[in-house]
Amino acid sequence: MSTTKPAHPPTRTVHRVFYVNGEEHEVAFAPHKTLLEVLREDLGLTGTKHGCELGECGTCTVLVDGEPILSCLMLGLECDGRRIDTIEGMAGESGAHPLQTKFAEFGAAQCGYCTPGFLLTAQAVLEEDPAPSREKLAEELSGNLCRCTGYLKIFEAIEQVAAEKRGEAAGE
Amino acid sequence: MSSNGSSSQETGLSPEAQGLRDQLKEGYNQIGKSPVKVDGMAKCTGATVFADDIELPRMLYCKLHRSHVAHARIVSIDTSAAEAMPGVVAVLTGDSMPETFGILPVSQDEHALCIDRVRFVGDPVAAVAAVDEDTAFEAMNKIVVEYEPLDPVFEPAKAINNEVEPLHGYGDDGNVHKRISMQFGDVDGALEEADLVLEDTMFFEGNTHLPMEQHAAVAMREPDGRVTLWSSTQTPHYVHRAVSKVLGMPPSRVRVIACPNGGGFGGKSDPFNHEIVVAKFALMTNRPVKITLTREEVFYCHRGRHPVLMNIKTGFRKDGRMTGMHFQSLLDGGAYGSYGVASTYYTGALQTVTYDIPTYRFDGVRTFTNKPPCGPKRGHGTPQPRFGVEVQLDKAAHALGLDPAQMRLDTLQPSNSVTANWLRIGSMGLGPCIEKVVEGSDWKNKHGKLPYGKGVGIACSSYICGAGLPIYWNAMPHSGVTVQLDRGGGVAVFCGETEIGQGSDTVLAMCVAEVLGVELTDIRLTVADTHTTPVDLGSYSSRVTLMVGHAAFQAAERARELLAKAAAKKLEVPSVRLRFAENRVFDVQDPERGMEFADAVKLAEAAYGTIAVAGWYTPPPSPGKYRGAGVGPSPAYSYSSAVIQVDVDPETGLVDIEKIWVAHDVGQCINEMLVIGQVEGSVYMGLGEAVMEEMAYRGNRFGVHKIPSLLEYKSPTTKEMPPVETYIIEDPDPNGPFGAKEVGQGPLLPIMPAVANAIFDAVGVRVDEVPITPDKVLKALGAKDKRCGPRSFPDLKITDTMRVKTEAEGGDGTAPRPPKKKKPEKGKGEEVKAS
Repeated sequence: MSTTKPAHPPTRTVHRVFYVNGEEHEVAFAPHKTLLEVLREDLGLTGTKHGCELGECGTCTVLVDGEPILSCLMLGLECDGRRIDTIEGMAGESGAHPLQTKFAEFGAAQCGYCTPGFLLTAQAVLEEDPAPSREKLAEELSGNLCRCTGYLKIFEAIEQVAAEKRGEAAGE
Repeated sequence: MSSNGSSSQETGLSPEAQGLRDQLKEGYNQIGKSPVKVDGMAKCTGATVFADDIELPRMLYCKLHRSHVAHARIVSIDTSAAEAMPGVVAVLTGDSMPETFGILPVSQDEHALCIDRVRFVGDPVAAVAAVDEDTAFEAMNKIVVEYEPLDPVFEPAKAINNEVEPLHGYGDDGNVHKRISMQFGDVDGALEEADLVLEDTMFFEGNTHLPMEQHAAVAMREPDGRVTLWSSTQTPHYVHRAVSKVLGMPPSRVRVIACPNGGGFGGKSDPFNHEIVVAKFALMTNRPVKITLTREEVFYCHRGRHPVLMNIKTGFRKDGRMTGMHFQSLLDGGAYGSYGVASTYYTGALQTVTYDIPTYRFDGVRTFTNKPPCGPKRGHGTPQPRFGVEVQLDKAAHALGLDPAQMRLDTLQPSNSVTANWLRIGSMGLGPCIEKVVEGSDWKNKHGKLPYGKGVGIACSSYICGAGLPIYWNAMPHSGVTVQLDRGGGVAVFCGETEIGQGSDTVLAMCVAEVLGVELTDIRLTVADTHTTPVDLGSYSSRVTLMVGHAAFQAAERARELLAKAAAKKLEVPSVRLRFAENRVFDVQDPERGMEFADAVKLAEAAYGTIAVAGWYTPPPSPGKYRGAGVGPSPAYSYSSAVIQVDVDPETGLVDIEKIWVAHDVGQCINEMLVIGQVEGSVYMGLGEAVMEEMAYRGNRFGVHKIPSLLEYKSPTTKEMPPVETYIIEDPDPNGPFGAKEVGQGPLLPIMPAVANAIFDAVGVRVDEVPITPDKVLKALGAKDKRCGPRSFPDLKITDTMRVKTEAEGGDGTAPRPPKKKKPEKGKGEEVKAS
């Protein structure tokens, strides 16, 4: 390999402020990067996964201002000053979020790769509708692909969380 | 003397071993329960580190330049523009790695980077390592490869005629990679005796694993010159061998660590080009190097389900019993060997383990074609023949006026028997499986009785619990586990097994916890690391629960024995009476008399030194001794049955899957929740194969994949997933740890034929082809013979058929004489009428 070629120029970055998992972060990143890339590569938040980087599988879902967003389709630049919630921030000081606990208890996470995307989507669904029907859940989660579970345990875990939140036993 | 069990004098076991047997008889601490997976919370908090999550200082990024042509000779490769780019640190071409590799010893046909020839669109030709991914991508595109085109072949029926230059310089004949013909008993005579002979030609299209995680690998040169490779692989042991071989490094200087896989399903079971390339780059550059495949590249790496054309000729008696079967398969192997030789055998191996087939002939051919290589996908080589056999059984039942469920029940292969092709069956729970789904689905009031458009179908299957023989033949264990005890009561467990989402870490931990009577939280696992863990061959062939389970049991038992001896002395209790539960060691007759588990460890360590013991497992020998008898034998076989209810729209051909009832004979659940999860996941994946998934190529455009994306390669979403009723049959198998058998693959198998059979019940048409898409249903509805499927089967050009006497004929499992030269069977199979 030639040693005389010019050095690789440093990547030009922009500086923006994100509110990630309740904390303010000033982050420098290449302006063409997607939110997914900024999260994983510039903030070290690798809990957000990717399955296609084309907006097809839902794996990279995070919440932006509370809305489930495919982070592979959103530019980092679009997130200036916005509130971003990732899987790393889902557990609070008092412990895991009930969705996390139930996903684990019900076996809703097998390989676990699609799980962060499902959890954040489910969190947004439950915030909007505390008692979603199975049909509603299927509709809301239809953009998230899972190859392991057949989705059934995912439905059951979310329904259990919803039921417990309402003070009922699941299935009633 | 134990109060509850038999004495050690009676059984010949040591008092400690007898104590454990008695303990297990009294009830399990862990087995059969549903504790949260040991990695469950890590996966729900984003804490699990997958291969692409690894980030190391000064890490470079690798991209592969892949062929855009299906078949060509490489004339030249110009990497100068890529090398000149700022930020590019190294460039590789194939000449630097001339050693071949491949998963099977008989198919070492891959190069890390192609040297003189490319064989499919996607074959890697050169590689770039650069300071960031964008630079690597740009540089990769600046590599110029000059090709001299060769005629490609995309169809097995053409490949078999050797009309084009063979892809490889090995195999059985030109582009025939493997040709097999074997016969057990007098099939021709049996077919003559039959009351009904059916002959069907069917096709099972290829499909792919589609794990959510794209393959990734990171390599690093250690300060002492070793190389460490982290990879999303299901088989770190085989990757270790391949990397050592190609790089020419002693295995002791290569470390392979399998990260938890973000789904595997067989797609990460081969050693891959990209793994070897990043290891080479790390050594060259002395910097860590990462590669993550794009989704499109994952489609081209493939190693998925072989497209299989089948011809099945079976004789039936009036009561539905079979007299004999002649099964022929033609596999489209794609461009490389992969597991293909095994896949070919598997298309013929397991037909005999579900129903009694007293005489059996199998002819199989795998061809090379200029498409991404096929390999093992969940069910490896068996879903295709299972589809054919189960659909044909449904046709036979219809023709004979029998109930398809009852006919199956009446023809079951008995437990504790040997099949015509010399597979030894142990426990066999298919009968109860059928009974469960028949009852649960209200089959008797539905089959043949639902209004036009609605229907139910049934199908069954079986799968191996680990291959009886290792991939490279040797006498060593298939799985090893070491257990090391802390003075504080912690238990460190080491095993080469690989967690791919199926729950193998949890099974390992539960088996150890069961024997030692500790909690799962007391156990620390170190897995899938060739530097620190005993070899386990990998997460394939549904082998892990059975083999790792046995090895874990043995290692834990050996540790328990030391603790029991030391504790017995201190407590002045015969060690046969000691029980290990709830982190205590105590006298079963006086539970107050005991000690903490940690104190037993301290006593044992004082008496016997550091407590670190190993356990291992090697499968029992198979009764089959003929050439080819290595594929099919297993320590045990799982069984499944499914009833599926469909609603078919005769106007559009759309098939709505309304509900699935599935029963699986797992022997014994280790973790019931994980068992149900595997059943539901298998059903889901089978459903995708049944109605939508296919690897489709543009034959007229040089073998480019039509739909290499998650959006266009249709797979079931939440909206397509029907309700599933799961029944677990527990009939412990003497060869399984705690009686356990597999569950990861078997329950997929009955889904595709059950859908096809349900469609027949609904609208009276046969779709003898998978996937069953609406256009095929419409085609069948419009066809004179109410059928859609292949109409002919090519001559496989079988010249020698190995003859093996069955057990009933007084055979001994060998092929007594070398195969006789026979004339090619003229006219046979050239144009076969499908029933």
